[in-house]
Amino acid sequence: MVGVSAEALAGRDVPVYDSARRPPRFVEEARGLWAYRNLVIEMAIRDIKIRYKRSVLGVFWTMLAPLLNMVALTLVFSALLRQQIENYPVYFLAGSLFWTFFAQTTSSASSQTFDANEMTKRIFLPRSVFVVSSIAVGLVNFALSILPLLLILIVMGFPLHPTWLFLPVSVVLISLFSAGIGFFVFTLASRFSDVREMYLVLVQTWFFLTPVVYHPSIVPARYRYALWFNPMFYLIQTVRRPIYDGMIPEAKFFVPAAAIAVVTLLTGWAYFCRHADQYAFES
Amino acid sequence: MSGHNGRPAIRLESVTLRYRVPREKIRSFKEYTIRKLKRLVVFDEIEAVRDFDLTVQPGETVGVVGRNGAGKSTLFKLIARVLYPTVGRVVVAGRIAPLLELGLGFHNELTGRENVVLQGALLGFSRREMRRRLPGIVAWAELEEFIDSPIRTYSSGMTARLAFAVATDVEPDILLVDETLAVGDERFQAKCKERIDAFRKAGKTVLLVSHNLAQVTENCRRTVWIHKGRLVRDGDSSEVTSAYHSWSLTGAPEVPR
Repeated sequence: MVGVSAEALAGRDVPVYDSARRPPRFVEEARGLWAYRNLVIEMAIRDIKIRYKRSVLGVFWTMLAPLLNMVALTLVFSALLRQQIENYPVYFLAGSLFWTFFAQTTSSASSQTFDANEMTKRIFLPRSVFVVSSIAVGLVNFALSILPLLLILIVMGFPLHPTWLFLPVSVVLISLFSAGIGFFVFTLASRFSDVREMYLVLVQTWFFLTPVVYHPSIVPARYRYALWFNPMFYLIQTVRRPIYDGMIPEAKFFVPAAAIAVVTLLTGWAYFCRHADQYAFES
Repeated sequence: MSGHNGRPAIRLESVTLRYRVPREKIRSFKEYTIRKLKRLVVFDEIEAVRDFDLTVQPGETVGVVGRNGAGKSTLFKLIARVLYPTVGRVVVAGRIAPLLELGLGFHNELTGRENVVLQGALLGFSRREMRRRLPGIVAWAELEEFIDSPIRTYSSGMTARLAFAVATDVEPDILLVDETLAVGDERFQAKCKERIDAFRKAGKTVLLVSHNLAQVTENCRRTVWIHKGRLVRDGDSSEVTSAYHSWSLTGAPEVPR
């Protein structure tokens, strides 16, 4: 019996886990995430399937929601604001693409913590899969919400600028940024049950402080410097410039956006990894 | 009883697992911040496992007995890499199937088929691999007619069968079985036992936690007895289980030395 096992073990590659030879936590987590990349995809598929199985409107809701928002905002803003934004629907939809992506992915990361805690105190999993799969779901929804935007462009006769080709770069940046914030929120929400609610309030406030529905120029001049401290302002410019203004984002937007995205991801990852081992004890 | 390649399947070297828990459970961030500022967060240190040594050779079947809370599932978690030792070292050679809790990670809205793929991914297998294994899994679980229905329509027995089928079909080298979580009817239990037997015969390593001492002696030649995180006895199953049995009847809080 023992002979059989030895042969069987010698015959294939046996994974060996040695607690004394663990690499640094951030390396270990990155390797784990890579090893479980397939799980990231399966979890994203699951979330998308469930979302569309439950709702009667299904996929259409993803596309309908931004359209309804846009109609409401166009009515409100053309009535309220003296200063009109030309082609407001395009202006708003372009910005809201990224805002929605950011808000959805990060709050979804914060709501996965219950499942994550239940699973990782029983079986081995790299916890980062929960955050990364939220980003993957966000990317699918993002792709779907491009359709209503295209529809509006056609209806309004707004040009489809060749600068759309720049968008993949912007999408990478917003994904890195959202993942970084997602890691922070996920880490805190795993430990404290009230973090999710607090975060939702924070996102809502942040939304009004970011020029998504309004133009930066309506911010009174003496407060306008505050925009330069808002990471989402830069990131939104990297999507609005190519779609709405038909130009590649200038360096003053692009360089800070890229720097913010990378730094947020790295600090979020470091914070997440520093706390990753203690989850199994808690709750 | 050592394997020819000399490498044990599981080795724990003077493992101690210690962790800090706040004396009062603080679930809210606001409360935590306030208490932290007032320096009111008091931690208790808990030692769930103390100075534990254990070596299991490939192909061995080892029973694990002890009272509730003795540290049996903590031991499993250390082996399954869910918890890391504070002191000491854990070395595990081979792929582990965690049979810690059947049905963990199943989603009610998804069909049996979809859940098999998802469950496979949780265990580190690709979609293609799970599709290939699906017929065998479905046949073993006897769910041919229901595999395309959502899991919420399943009985708990059906869910358990599917979960067990997935966890054991993926050919692990080491099986961790927690019998205290056993569910299902007699027929299912018999099938599980059959499958675990097949694993043993194929030279796999099995660790079995059970309160059913007869089952432990029947399945395992060797048994370890854990009390308050320490290894009390390690040896021949009938000796260890009878010592454990007579001790537990006395209701004594401490074990005889």
